[in-house]
Amino acid sequence: MTVIDDISDVPAPDAPLAPLLEVRDLHVEFHTRDGVAKAVNGVNYSVNAGETLAVLGESGSGKSVSAQAVMGILDMPPARIPKGEILFQGRDMLKMSGEERRKIRGRKIAMIFQDALSSLNPVLSVGYQLGEMYRVHQGLSRKDAKAKAIELMDRVRIPAAKERVGDYPHQFSGGMRQRIMIAMALALEPELIIADEPTTALDVTVQAQVMDLLAELQREYNMGLILITHDLGVVADVADKIAVMYAGRIVEDAPVHDIYAKPAHPYTKGLLQSIPRLDQKGQELYAIKGLPPNLTRIPSGCAFNPRCPMAQDVCRTDVPALHPVGTARGSACHFWKETLGE
Amino acid sequence: MSESSLPKDPGAAAADAPVVEVAEAAAAKLADREPILQVRNLVKHFPLTQGIVVKRQIGAVKAVDGVSFDLHAGETLGIVGESGCGKSTVAKLLMSLEQATAGEVFYKGQDITKLSGRALKAVRRNIQMVFQDPYTSLNPRMTVGDIIGEPFDIHPEVAPKGDRRKRVEELLDVVGLNPEYINRYPHQFSGGQRQRIGIARGLALNPEIIICDEPVSALDVSVQAQVINLMEKLQDEFNLSYIFIAHDLSIVRHISDRVGVMYLGKMAEIGTDAEIYEHPTHPYTQALLSAVPVPDPEAREHRERIILSGDVPSPANPPSGCRFRTRCWKAEARCAEEEPLLAIPTRFAEVDTPARHESACHFAEEKDVVGAA
Ligand SMILES: Nc1ncnc2c1ncn2[C@@H]1O[C@H](COP(=O)(O)OP(=O)(O)OP(=O)(O)O)[C@@H](O)[C@H]1O
Ligand SMILES: Nc1ncnc2c1ncn2[C@@H]1O[C@H](COP(=O)(O)OP(=O)(O)O)[C@@H](O)[C@H]1O
Ligand code: SF4
Ligand code: SF4
Ligand SMILES: [Mg+2]
Ligand SMILES: [Mg+2]
Repeated sequence: MTVIDDISDVPAPDAPLAPLLEVRDLHVEFHTRDGVAKAVNGVNYSVNAGETLAVLGESGSGKSVSAQAVMGILDMPPARIPKGEILFQGRDMLKMSGEERRKIRGRKIAMIFQDALSSLNPVLSVGYQLGEMYRVHQGLSRKDAKAKAIELMDRVRIPAAKERVGDYPHQFSGGMRQRIMIAMALALEPELIIADEPTTALDVTVQAQVMDLLAELQREYNMGLILITHDLGVVADVADKIAVMYAGRIVEDAPVHDIYAKPAHPYTKGLLQSIPRLDQKGQELYAIKGLPPNLTRIPSGCAFNPRCPMAQDVCRTDVPALHPVGTARGSACHFWKETLGE
Repeated sequence: MSESSLPKDPGAAAADAPVVEVAEAAAAKLADREPILQVRNLVKHFPLTQGIVVKRQIGAVKAVDGVSFDLHAGETLGIVGESGCGKSTVAKLLMSLEQATAGEVFYKGQDITKLSGRALKAVRRNIQMVFQDPYTSLNPRMTVGDIIGEPFDIHPEVAPKGDRRKRVEELLDVVGLNPEYINRYPHQFSGGQRQRIGIARGLALNPEIIICDEPVSALDVSVQAQVINLMEKLQDEFNLSYIFIAHDLSIVRHISDRVGVMYLGKMAEIGTDAEIYEHPTHPYTQALLSAVPVPDPEAREHRERIILSGDVPSPANPPSGCRFRTRCWKAEARCAEEEPLLAIPTRFAEVDTPARHESACHFAEEKDVVGAA
């Protein structure tokens, strides 16, 4: 799907027509002792400036691996990218030199990880790590970099930033560390932020603080945001559009309102049905049967077929293409019409 | 569970009248029954020490600081609250895995915090636990059969040696696993299957109470529902009482008859699920509920969110008076001076309303947070 919907939404007058980021038919595989694990099997998505794309999927569905491929931080080997394009402002990053990619990373595209504690250096003060961004990328002096670090900490609402700039990561709470990660990602005012489960390890009240902050900063800087999550609630709260992943593929993509109102893929539908609803109390929850597939042995045809209540013979033999559903949507299901229609 | 199968309309005003009846009926039913577990002023302080050779106590982490509640037979009590508020510590105290600093836990009238030896062992049989992390709570070197059958080593009277294999196979079957898997190792199972193994082990001694500490938090959405359904089925089948600790508030609501909200070692509010979710009177509960993302994009514009400022204070040095006051938007001078007790607020005492349930706030009042959704 390369639908450039809502161009009118892009506020910058000189914004190029191409999306900020466009991933086309991306494949990533890992060579393991058990065989080749096909972690990403043809992923397509795009995001514009100021837009939030949610990538939704269960653990192991390939969300992080595809994001790491975009970011250029996959270890290769064991990973390999046999196929695909990752266009940033129209240029394929997979064809760029290492030097060129490094320049984009951090400056133009920044990433926020799930586990802030393990992605911050435990033996360096938070102020030093924030300041490093400015010293390395902008050649600022130590003093100026520290001033910038304090400014950033203020920006992400760390109380008493001036006093705490010399503190180490473990001296901050989980929510504060995640805000420091956000600060670090924002340091160079990137155009795109990839946030990989940024609030999964946090309590709901802290999650609300962090998501609130992220949304505010995104608006302010008109950044593109790719939010990776497995939480259907978080997606509904912040996303403009969703790409649902299953076994390394996008099985459905759509504007956020459409998908919640009427899913066009049985997997999405199953996920939405399995959320406990008030009027179902005391009844059995809807449960998708079975388990996500082993990526070294992805089922033939539609990867979801062993778990799908609508599967027919054709599903076991033919891989469904991402059929267009209306204008800005797609569903990788042979029976998307029936799924929508029910 | 049939008494709670009444449909509940989230729409605020329209739901008011019927919900009163539902809450009343449920409360009346619970009050009739003798609680199977009565927890009174339970306290657990972990000493903070300094010095390597000569250890001096310089303070204490007040992980649980005066918690009281009842659990009835066949009931599920949900416990929610932010990380570090003392949920797991309560669970460990109930299991006698930690020694209480003060307070009582009456199991059928007998204070189990004072028991030891044979008497404790006998009680323990009836209170079992299922842990959060299906990846680390099972010994990787033991077969599934040994793991599930291990409780029989301590309580051979439940299953004599010759019967054990059959009993373990039955348990595997009960939790929906193939009994032929008895000789496999934990790593050969998925997360959801491992959680089933943990549940089978919890069931081994035919307990009356199962304490579930985040039993589905580590599982994928599609697998969570399978495990929740299994737990509800087993509850009906064996008349189990559950204490269900979790941070997913919608799952807690689905499974619980009553819900307790903890904050910094204390119970802030407790009531039936409808009372807590639709008529919360404690500001912390209100903030917690308003922070839960609603899986409906249409709700975005209509929701009022209470974004709490600041972080949870350290349990080693909790605020005076009301512990929530450093983050509470309603705090007044009185909140710093006088600790609010967990009780039915006087203003609701004489009124027939679902707001009439225990809440530890000087200024308890209703605020419709979920109704907005
Ligand atoms: N053995 C211990 N020694 C010292 N402090 C402890 C110990 N066990 C727990 N604590 C502290 O007691 C408090 C309550 O911990 P507890 O594990 O009960 O929290 P919880 O509510 O289960 O949190 P979570 O949601 O993160 O599981 C925390 O501040 C914790 O650090
Ligand atoms: N370094 C690696 N070597 C082998 N397999 C890997 C590696 N990294 C990730 N994978 C596999 O790729 C698949 C997708 O992983 P990931 O993208 O992390 O999933 P998620 O959707 O949970 O973020 C998983 O099956 C994972 O085990
Ligand atoms: S293609 Fe077939 S198996 Fe796959 S989701 Fe559609 S109906 Fe189900
Ligand atoms: S007692 Fe005071 S500080 Fe505590 S919750 Fe009530 S209003 Fe807030
Ligand atoms: Mg991941
Ligand atoms: Mg815990």
